[in-house]
Amino acid sequence: MAMSSYNGILGDTKGIAGLFEHKLSTSEFKGGKAYTEIRKGAIASFLKSGFPGKEDEKWRNSDIEKFLESRFEFAEGALPADVDVDKIFACEVPDLDTWLITLLNGHYAAKNSDLRILPQGIIIGSLSRAMRDAHELVEAHLGRLVNNDKNAFAALNSALSGDGVFIYVPDNVIVEKPIQMVNVVNSESGSLFMQPRNLVILGKNSQLQLVHCDDSRDQAMHFTNAVTEFFIGDNASLDHYKMQNINDHSAVLHSGWFTLGRDSRLTTNAISLNGGFIRNENEIVLKGEGADANALGVYLVDKKQHVENHVHVSHLVPRCTSSELFKGILDDYSTAVFTGHILVARDAQKTEAYQSNRNIQLTDKARVNTQPFLEIYADDVKCSHGATVGQLDAEAMFYLKSRGIGEENAKMLLMYAFASEIVQKISILNLRERIDDMIKKRLRGELSICDQCVLHCSKPDQPIQFEIDMSKI
Amino acid sequence: MLLQIKNLHAQINGKEILRGVNLEVKAGEVHAIMGPNGTGKSTLASVIAGREVFEVTAGEVLYNGKNLLEMPVEQRAREGIFLGFQYPVEIPGVSITNFMRTALNEVRKYHGQEPLSGAAFLARMEEKKKLVEIQSKLTNRSVNEGFSGGEKKKNEIFQMAMLEPQLAILDETDSGLDIDALRIVANGVNALRSKDNAIIVITHYQRLLDYIVPDIVHVLFDGKIVKTGGKELALELEGKGYDWIRKELETR
Ligand SMILES: Nc1ncnc2c1ncn2[C@@H]1O[C@H](COP(=O)(O)OP(=O)(O)OP(=O)(O)O)[C@@H](O)[C@H]1O
Ligand SMILES: [Mg+2]
Repeated sequence: MAMSSYNGILGDTKGIAGLFEHKLSTSEFKGGKAYTEIRKGAIASFLKSGFPGKEDEKWRNSDIEKFLESRFEFAEGALPADVDVDKIFACEVPDLDTWLITLLNGHYAAKNSDLRILPQGIIIGSLSRAMRDAHELVEAHLGRLVNNDKNAFAALNSALSGDGVFIYVPDNVIVEKPIQMVNVVNSESGSLFMQPRNLVILGKNSQLQLVHCDDSRDQAMHFTNAVTEFFIGDNASLDHYKMQNINDHSAVLHSGWFTLGRDSRLTTNAISLNGGFIRNENEIVLKGEGADANALGVYLVDKKQHVENHVHVSHLVPRCTSSELFKGILDDYSTAVFTGHILVARDAQKTEAYQSNRNIQLTDKARVNTQPFLEIYADDVKCSHGATVGQLDAEAMFYLKSRGIGEENAKMLLMYAFASEIVQKISILNLRERIDDMIKKRLRGELSICDQCVLHCSKPDQPIQFEIDMSKI
Repeated sequence: MLLQIKNLHAQINGKEILRGVNLEVKAGEVHAIMGPNGTGKSTLASVIAGREVFEVTAGEVLYNGKNLLEMPVEQRAREGIFLGFQYPVEIPGVSITNFMRTALNEVRKYHGQEPLSGAAFLARMEEKKKLVEIQSKLTNRSVNEGFSGGEKKKNEIFQMAMLEPQLAILDETDSGLDIDALRIVANGVNALRSKDNAIIVITHYQRLLDYIVPDIVHVLFDGKIVKTGGKELALELEGKGYDWIRKELETR
């Protein structure tokens, strides 16, 4: 299939408008009429607001100027034919038995077929393919949760995205193996702007563990602007893990839009290990009574890296619970932003909502901007929020050193302990061990972008060693 | 001479706490330091271990003839100094196993030894746990987190047993211990006594000294060692309190 390639300065909205018109006139868009209408609305929203700037409350502490001024190739078409998918995704972690969905540069990279029907009617695969082969499901859900007027990047994704991942779990189905979606960026031709669009639908009483990785394989400046919509049915349960390990020059933006039915459960955990600019947005709407949402994250940043987590939880009905816990360690000149907004509607009595953001600042040049925020209209609620920015505990440092442990290792132990609170909450054991290992490596400065999420390893025939002995340094 | 302290003065925030301490400890000896609350016992222990908040304004501390005050905290530990904390620090998220393995291997590295193998390390853990009658489940937990007062103190002795220091300073290791735990801790300490190492116990109570019998007893008073005697001095203090010492000092 011909790839309509567009190469331009990202911040040039006229060019983007032109690209949209071109795609529209050449009928390049997938998704049928209904989705084309959504695209039209989305591009209008985007063009009206343009890219966000410092004047935008939600972008006050974000610096994307450098990306907007750079030239990117928009990659919305299909995968180039000459890519050897099997080679790129050659190595699998033996202990983590998963259903694997692979994306290369934001395109669905078929290792099997474009859309697979797994036992019990589970469907996984390419969203663009699902637009054709599972169009009823897609039409009933795609674009329903995203608010294009409120979020310019999501609008841009809605307007132009060509592909992404589609996951459907029917009612009453428990997906036994985790589903793992891996987006690897690897481009010899230059900087890519990618917009994967994912749709995850969980029927009532269903259960899914989803591991979502963003990895890079080269050192070029790339930009991923991803959007995922999650429909979590009544009494369904989703465990969602996001692993981000991209190069120091690249950006990943991901907005997750969640809606939760009655008595459903969500855990979404963002583990940001490396990246030039990472921004995670979670828009969580608790729609059914008794729903429970947990948003977690850990970020380890150094040099001039920047990580943001924005969580917005809306309690619309009674008896829902939500908790947020985000922890970060900042070294060098790195920066982090956290905004947490809990909205409790007037009818949402018996709400319990907790929010916490804790940071360790290793240098006085590192910056954290944290804004927990509660907006409560109901009277019978339990809510708390808190934020801390501090140094490593001096008493603990002295205690460790008084046993012979040197400065470096003492710091390492304390940083690891701090981060591990989040890691301990990973319910997939092998994944927890793998992430644990990656965090240790990261803290020692040994993690490379070739440490590919849970999927890749440098030596396929060697088992991955999980236990790294801190004391051997 | 293992430890030699000469005219040691130390202060915190401009307030002088140690006001000319003199102390000599030889290998093979057990010393007890007693004295009223707030007279500087823990401060002395901290200065020997290297806590930075205390500023040494005069005097010297020699350890095996080396200038201890020039060494960073961790180097003092690697040289064989161990401080059993009066208030052990809780460190959430750091397991005792990982903590001890890191510590032990850093000490070994300092002495040019290979790191202990996993199996050898675990065997040593088991052996030393038995010594202080620690249940296994404690060692899987984070360092001191949620430990009872007695468990914390036992954990200090366990660490001492793991590290086999040459000079151990035990700061009120007996406080907060029940009778059985006191005996266990004392047995642990006694098992580690040898002609090559020395122990300084800081305590308020004669009771501990029934189990860990000291060679020499000192009284620290207002930042100075004002009296030194044999083990019978502890008994005398138990009976008479500190007033008579105060009076003695005043009449001097
Ligand atoms: N961090 C500190 N800041 C200010 N003053 C301190 C500090 N640490 C100790 N001091 C003071 O130094 C003095 C000696 O304290 P130290 O803890 O050495 O006494 P101690 O002899 O061990 O007492 P105790 O028997 O109660 O344990 C006390 O007056 C105490 O308040
Ligand atoms: Mg004391």
